[in-house]
Amino acid sequence: MTALLEIADYRLAFDTFDGTAQVLDGIDLTLEAGGTLGIVGETGCGKSVLARSLMALNPMPPARVVSGQIRFQGSDILAMSEREMRRLRGRAISMVFQDPASYLNPLLAIGTQMEDAIRGQDAAVGERQRPRAAARARAAELLAAVGLPEPARLLDSHPHQLSGGMRQRVLIAMALAGDPVLLVADEPTTALDVTVQAQVLALIARLVAERGLALMLITHDLGVVAAACARVAVMYAGTVVEEAPTADLLSRPLHPYARGLIAAVPDLDHPEHRPQGIAGSIPSLITPPQGCRFHPRCPIATERCRSEKPLRREILPGRSIACHHATP
Amino acid sequence: MLGYLLRRIGLAGLMLFGLVCLTFVISNVAPSDPAALAAGPDAGRSQIEQARRDYGLDKPLPEQFLRYLTDLAHGDFGRSIATGRSVGTDLARYFPATLELVILAMALGVLLGVPLGVLSALRKDGPADHATRIFAVSGIALPPFWFGLLLQLAFATWLGLLPTSGRLSVFTEPPPPITGLLLVDSLMTGHFELFREALSHIILPAIVLSLPCLASILRVNRSEMVEALRMDYVTAARAHGVTPWRIVMVHALKNAMLPTLAIIGLRWGWMMSSTVLVETVFDWPGIGLYAVSSAIAGDFKPVMGVTLIVGLNFMIANLIVDLLYGVLDPRLRRA
Repeated sequence: MTALLEIADYRLAFDTFDGTAQVLDGIDLTLEAGGTLGIVGETGCGKSVLARSLMALNPMPPARVVSGQIRFQGSDILAMSEREMRRLRGRAISMVFQDPASYLNPLLAIGTQMEDAIRGQDAAVGERQRPRAAARARAAELLAAVGLPEPARLLDSHPHQLSGGMRQRVLIAMALAGDPVLLVADEPTTALDVTVQAQVLALIARLVAERGLALMLITHDLGVVAAACARVAVMYAGTVVEEAPTADLLSRPLHPYARGLIAAVPDLDHPEHRPQGIAGSIPSLITPPQGCRFHPRCPIATERCRSEKPLRREILPGRSIACHHATP
Repeated sequence: MLGYLLRRIGLAGLMLFGLVCLTFVISNVAPSDPAALAAGPDAGRSQIEQARRDYGLDKPLPEQFLRYLTDLAHGDFGRSIATGRSVGTDLARYFPATLELVILAMALGVLLGVPLGVLSALRKDGPADHATRIFAVSGIALPPFWFGLLLQLAFATWLGLLPTSGRLSVFTEPPPPITGLLLVDSLMTGHFELFREALSHIILPAIVLSLPCLASILRVNRSEMVEALRMDYVTAARAHGVTPWRIVMVHALKNAMLPTLAIIGLRWGWMMSSTVLVETVFDWPGIGLYAVSSAIAGDFKPVMGVTLIVGLNFMIANLIVDLLYGVLDPRLRRA
């Protein structure tokens, strides 16, 4: 059986005024149907760009595919036309965004935005757009499914009248409109209050479980990954440096960067262990370091790391890491 | 929404008072003596003083201002000192001509400027975008009197397709005035031949007048559309499967229309005040021509009347724009 999503040697560059930024440098990832994969990494490591690639939402230009494939249910997304891509958006792959305030149109009522999405998905597969009233009924149903009270009244309100948590629920409801099989969540809790974060995360986890969705969750918060994802991939400067079952990675990270990430998390049970930052800052992607992109910040880097790029290899069953010096 | 409306109307009332003060001040600081003008070129000192008393110009300024206000409140714009005619009657005659011209020019500006702006934004940095941008820059840069003469030369003199001047041919009897707008009146009374003739007269001046307006609407709408199409909510709409047509024409355009509306409101008032060049070139009997000929004669009441009318137009246009803002933008409706 083929996987739901297979990303193979995916390289994406951004042509900017200052030069070409190699934003994604050979990504290989696999996600089974119903699987949950977290992508963690610092801001600017390319995780959001990767998420958008799955829906062909990166603006091209400046973005440009250098190589690779993204096979979804067997067909390559990178080779699809915009028209073919529209058949997938919302219906097969859906996305939940980071800041619900800016991802909802300020001038349109919630109902209008949801109806447009529902009817647009009809049109994308060549069906007659269902009447607005039918789309509205469906929208109310979706709002109820994400636990929002009084859906009918909500449909008539505008984004500025809702709280951040409600807006994110609305966006999640919209993402469910076409009964997708893959949900891509790009930092879905980052812009929310801490108390609301937990609720939204629980909602996503519940929906994923209930509907058997595959989930790709982008975040910089290891706690979020621990709560929602079976597997996790750690990204650094456009490459995946380690991929492992979440519990294994959290308890025993192998890649030096992953170890640094875990050491940077405050430990509430042992407050005497001060969190440790990773020295240095993320490299420029226009002139990335030769060899391993992490070597300038790596405590165990050697001459080999400066010249030779480490390939990711499986060193334990289900566990792979891109480092010359990694040992199981 | 009601509170918003009342606030806007209250502000407009204040502005109106300011405007009236301004026209009064202008008429009093201008360096010519209306009494001397009224008395005529051969009048002696005593006759000028007599005229000054007749027109109440010897009274203290506050008293003159109060009289000006009460007259205005009764719809009396005063009398032209040079011709003795009522300024109100003159305005009723000349204003519809200008209004008709401005309406048509604005219609051209909006109906062409907005779609071209959208098209230009969608084809950003493509040939169509460059072409419309060159058109927009030249639209703002071309002097209207020069462009008007050019069109007259091309369409009237060389091609002989359109007349050069006036609202109708001198031999044509105008339709009975209902609104004063020839295009509307001729249609309402069923004079289709007259409609055609009025249209052939108005089309060239309307194009000349609308060009800068069209160009600025196009520029603003283009840049606002480019901006709106980059917004996160457009990305989200695409991701959710909204059709491209809906995204452009509703999701993005509605946002882009807010600043565009502001420009449309300003351009309305601007066209009212700048018709004079076009009216001169095309011998169009509107308020611009009226104001200039009066100003040259040192005759202030008509100038004050025209200033007031133009100012009122600015205000009403901005009031309508503000109200449309409230309709378009739900965030303004609270309170």
